[in-house]
Amino acid sequence: MSTSPFSSLRLVWLYPDLLSTYGDRGNLQVLAFRAMSRGIDVDIVEVTSDKHMPTEGDIYLIGGGEDGPQALACERLIADGGLARAVNRGAVIFSVCAGYQLMGSSFMAKGQQYAGLGLMDIQSQRGETRAVGELAGEVDPRLGLPTLTGFENHGGRTFVGPSAAPLVRVTAGVGNDGQTEGAWANRIIGTYLHGPALARNPALADLLLAWATGRQLGALEDRWPEALRGERLAAVLGGGGKGLGRGDVRGDMRGDMQSAMEMI
Amino acid sequence: MTNLPARARLATALLRTAATLSRVSGRGDGSVIGGRVGLKVEPRLLAMLSENRQVALISGTNGKTTTTRFTAAALGALGPVATNSFGANMPTGHTTALAKMPDASNAVLEVDEHYLPQLLAEARPRVVALLNLSRDQLDRAMEVGMLAEKWRTALAAHPDVHVIANADDPMVTWAAKAVPNVTWIAGGQRWQEDSWACPECGKRLDRYGEYWRCTNCGLTRPSPQWSVDGNAVVDPTGQRAELSLQLPGQVNRNNAATALAIAAEFGVPLAEAVPQLSTVRSIAGRYAVVRRDGRRARLLLAKNPAGWLEAFDMLDPGCPVTLCLNAREVDGYDTSWIYDVDYAPVAGRQVLVTGDRRFDLAVRLQVNGIAFTVVDSFADALRAAPEGNVEVIANYTAFQDIRAEFDRVN
Repeated sequence: MSTSPFSSLRLVWLYPDLLSTYGDRGNLQVLAFRAMSRGIDVDIVEVTSDKHMPTEGDIYLIGGGEDGPQALACERLIADGGLARAVNRGAVIFSVCAGYQLMGSSFMAKGQQYAGLGLMDIQSQRGETRAVGELAGEVDPRLGLPTLTGFENHGGRTFVGPSAAPLVRVTAGVGNDGQTEGAWANRIIGTYLHGPALARNPALADLLLAWATGRQLGALEDRWPEALRGERLAAVLGGGGKGLGRGDVRGDMRGDMQSAMEMI
Repeated sequence: MTNLPARARLATALLRTAATLSRVSGRGDGSVIGGRVGLKVEPRLLAMLSENRQVALISGTNGKTTTTRFTAAALGALGPVATNSFGANMPTGHTTALAKMPDASNAVLEVDEHYLPQLLAEARPRVVALLNLSRDQLDRAMEVGMLAEKWRTALAAHPDVHVIANADDPMVTWAAKAVPNVTWIAGGQRWQEDSWACPECGKRLDRYGEYWRCTNCGLTRPSPQWSVDGNAVVDPTGQRAELSLQLPGQVNRNNAATALAIAAEFGVPLAEAVPQLSTVRSIAGRYAVVRRDGRRARLLLAKNPAGWLEAFDMLDPGCPVTLCLNAREVDGYDTSWIYDVDYAPVAGRQVLVTGDRRFDLAVRLQVNGIAFTVVDSFADALRAAPEGNVEVIANYTAFQDIRAEFDRVN
């Protein structure tokens, strides 16, 4: 964001036609809401995969998706080159799940390895089991953020190299490898978390806004996000495991599910 | 039916006993446990019970139960109909539905999207109706594209089946084109976020209103033979019939068109089928009105983004609305999808929020710029609304909790 008081914060939503499967659009809505609540004007630019990627954005958001669209998005982004130029300009990137994997040097999709965008020192492999359920963890203290909370649903495992740092030390859930979750380097943050992540973690949203605007942002009245965080963290860390959705619960569960539905 | 072998007759008898025991002990309607017992004794029971009957299957992400009820009502003009009217839409439920009505020559079965291939193989349907495909329970269900492919592959193995399909849904259209004999319905598609890309070649679809086409491979919306015009259904011959449905919303007029197309295939004339649809007032609590302390609450079930958009279309203007969200096992644990729905249509009325995950909804509505009040229970929501009509939109277990409070209203 330029220093002119007349310019708007430009939020760029990457490829909603390919990578917008798990409510990740919510991250865009939360950022816009929290910026506007501070009197910051916002321009939202949705860039579908048939368009050139603008390089003048302040915050770029990229979400989750299936293998095919992930590979296609990566191919388009490499050919376009705009996102890398935006990063060189100092743009902020917030990437989720498939989008997070794209930031790295390589990822697996449709049974084969693809070269990623190489914007962050991570690389992703396919895990043996799918990680589905609530996740919580303590954020890298250098970022000064409270406990991270979200919902993960991915088959990948990610290795964070020496030029990047894990975002979170996991206390519940799987994340990158059962120990850490997400990664960050400079002004790029990646995470496996949906929820959406910025709705569950408003302080993380404010960090992105502070990076992009270069301003200290005043506090907002966050009654509802705090209530949501309290409820989710109590559910995941408070024991009992109720309502966590942990474990691999795909198609084969549906028969039992029907019995459960009948009992209701 | 009367020629069932001894083992199948035994399986059927045990099935009915188990279902009855389950029902009288208050554990449910008994469809699932009954079917499970019957199929244990005779694994081919579903196929055997389907023989010598005319079977219609109805599948899709949303509208299955309502369309099945409409169709069963329309086919009632021909005589008794076997149908799984309690929403038990997997093979155990189908087996029970057929076993309970041994003399019904027509059967209408609602089928879970994932079980359509198995039902095609075992029930040998005369007609299959495909309503729509969209994201649903993302933490465990299959992605939409994979489901469409599963349907297409299964249909290709049964080229003689007559398919009735929603031409407005590109995923459904692509799956249905696996067979030569398709009747196309203008079934509507308010939710388009799962069909940006061509299911055939992956390129972006061009859309103009309900019309869609792929400029790359040529896949195009077929011209529908059945359509809805205002409050009337228009059949392939151009004949119009005014609907007088008891159920609200454009989506139920579209569901009615599909039911009428199935009925026509079974030989029920339009003029005879249409009045039958007016007998459907509520289905397992859906659209039922419950009363307490001067409030009349209409219950709308919506389980996924497409369903919530359709429910918004049904709301009485200005009427207070209660939104109820849970995320238990059958709902899916991930509530992220609420950000895929634009809640703007509920703005400008009293909005009450409850359910296990009311705080998720509160954050969502705040970001959406909509004023709301969070309450701890459905009872509190009713108390917070003024006397008169209240609309209620709830997802699956939230809906069942409300039904339970009102003596399992149907």
